[in-house]
Amino acid sequence: MPFKVKLGLVYGAIGVLLVLFVIAFQYDTAFILEWLPFILGGVPLTLFICFGGIALAVVLALLGALGRLSHNALFMGVANFYVSFIRGTPLLVQIFFIYFAFPQLAFKPGVPEWVQPLLVYNIAFAAILALGINYGAYMTEIFRAGIQSVGHGQAEAASALGMSSAQTMRRIVLPQAVRVIIPPTGNEFIAMLKDSSLVGLAGAAELFYRAQSVGKAESHSYETLTVAALIYWLLTSIFSFFQKRLETKMGRGHVREEVAPPRARGIA
Amino acid sequence: MTTSPVIRIENLEKHFGRLQVLKGISLDVGVGEVVVILGRSGSGKSTLLRCVNFLEEPTGGCVEVDGTRLEAGAPSRARRERIRAIRLKAGMVFQDFNLFPHLTVIENLVEAPCTVKGESRGEASKFAEELLAKVGLADKRDEYPIRLSGGQKQRVAIARALAMRPQIMLFDEPTSALDPELIGEVLTVMKNLAKEGMTMVVVTHEMGFAREVAHRMVFIHEGEVVEEGPPDKLISGARDARTRRFLEAVL
Repeated sequence: MPFKVKLGLVYGAIGVLLVLFVIAFQYDTAFILEWLPFILGGVPLTLFICFGGIALAVVLALLGALGRLSHNALFMGVANFYVSFIRGTPLLVQIFFIYFAFPQLAFKPGVPEWVQPLLVYNIAFAAILALGINYGAYMTEIFRAGIQSVGHGQAEAASALGMSSAQTMRRIVLPQAVRVIIPPTGNEFIAMLKDSSLVGLAGAAELFYRAQSVGKAESHSYETLTVAALIYWLLTSIFSFFQKRLETKMGRGHVREEVAPPRARGIA
Repeated sequence: MTTSPVIRIENLEKHFGRLQVLKGISLDVGVGEVVVILGRSGSGKSTLLRCVNFLEEPTGGCVEVDGTRLEAGAPSRARRERIRAIRLKAGMVFQDFNLFPHLTVIENLVEAPCTVKGESRGEASKFAEELLAKVGLADKRDEYPIRLSGGQKQRVAIARALAMRPQIMLFDEPTSALDPELIGEVLTVMKNLAKEGMTMVVVTHEMGFAREVAHRMVFIHEGEVVEEGPPDKLISGARDARTRRFLEAVL
């Protein structure tokens, strides 16, 4: 039997088992059909938070990576602290801190009024801020590795032509680093889709929040959480598909070029 | 060749940690002069070349290129500006080409004139096309570097350096990474450049090129200039035993 057929049979068997499970535990189809539109109504907010979050994360990761590679003690120190502190604390704590603790600070005695709007956000904005800051710290390492993957000779050639280090970074190094950075950034986006459910715990009416609040109130958590899980799975599968295609496209062509023969630099 | 020097290297020293690679080298290069630097690997010849445009920071001594003078010293904003001024006067060609792989051939050539000198794309492209014709690669204008042979890459790299209209050209083993059958085309371009009167400092093992094109050969050993002179004189009658041994090995 060909391997692919065997694999298909295994998938089929898993599917049948899941259906049997659902039947055995009397999945309430009528209930879920009634509430499905409400739960699906959380998808736009989930996607909005994730697109906003990844956009912010990309900006912070770029700054973080430049900071960590900088020879300036201030930039490097701030970047190192950012990465260490954010990666060393739970995302859930960060979300709650931004949404619940910041507003408290805003209304401490003596805090000027103009500061208040800087510390009090609606939940969607707080979610974007928290996810963006958190993922930015992890992605800093991806960006740093991408920048460092561009051969040293490139920067050398650019500076020999009189380009400043900023020009070299912007015109020569970053455009080449992007090829390396984009595929893992797609992976981070997919991971963020799932982590965005944590924002529901702070009260954002996104996918997970809707599923679990209906489920709890109506004692149908089994039905609503199953459907929420399936929607997350569907969303991540769709984005994985595009991410894989992007990865293949990016991997082609120029990358091989960079594997130049190693050579002792300087003394020769 | 006794014109006023366009490159003055005075008492140049370079340490890598405790290792001293250049031990006080002095060398003048006149306008239009072609100087070939010889020496075993590890002798410091590449380091010397890379100190001229400060890709390597010298730890002592002084470099002057076309009137811009800079001593070894600590980094500062003013110093960075001086280094840039020197780099604008000195084109450099590397052993492993270092073309920009994300840019086409013509874009490789116009990148620095546009970003650094603020030339318009139009005028930069026009000059770039002239240079490509000169190195025999006008038809490769819109190719990406990955599609070029090593010899073609190096010729593009020479054109890219010339696009900045430098006063002098530095060549750091320009043919060492090439297959033997591709070396000739690069040397031809360099010979033509020399004929046009370009001031050139070349680190190479190509003795044929040195004999034919160089006005002066400089032999470096363990960070010091051991001997220098016109190619014929040096090849036939080197005074120093180390020079003789080296020449016997490469000739």
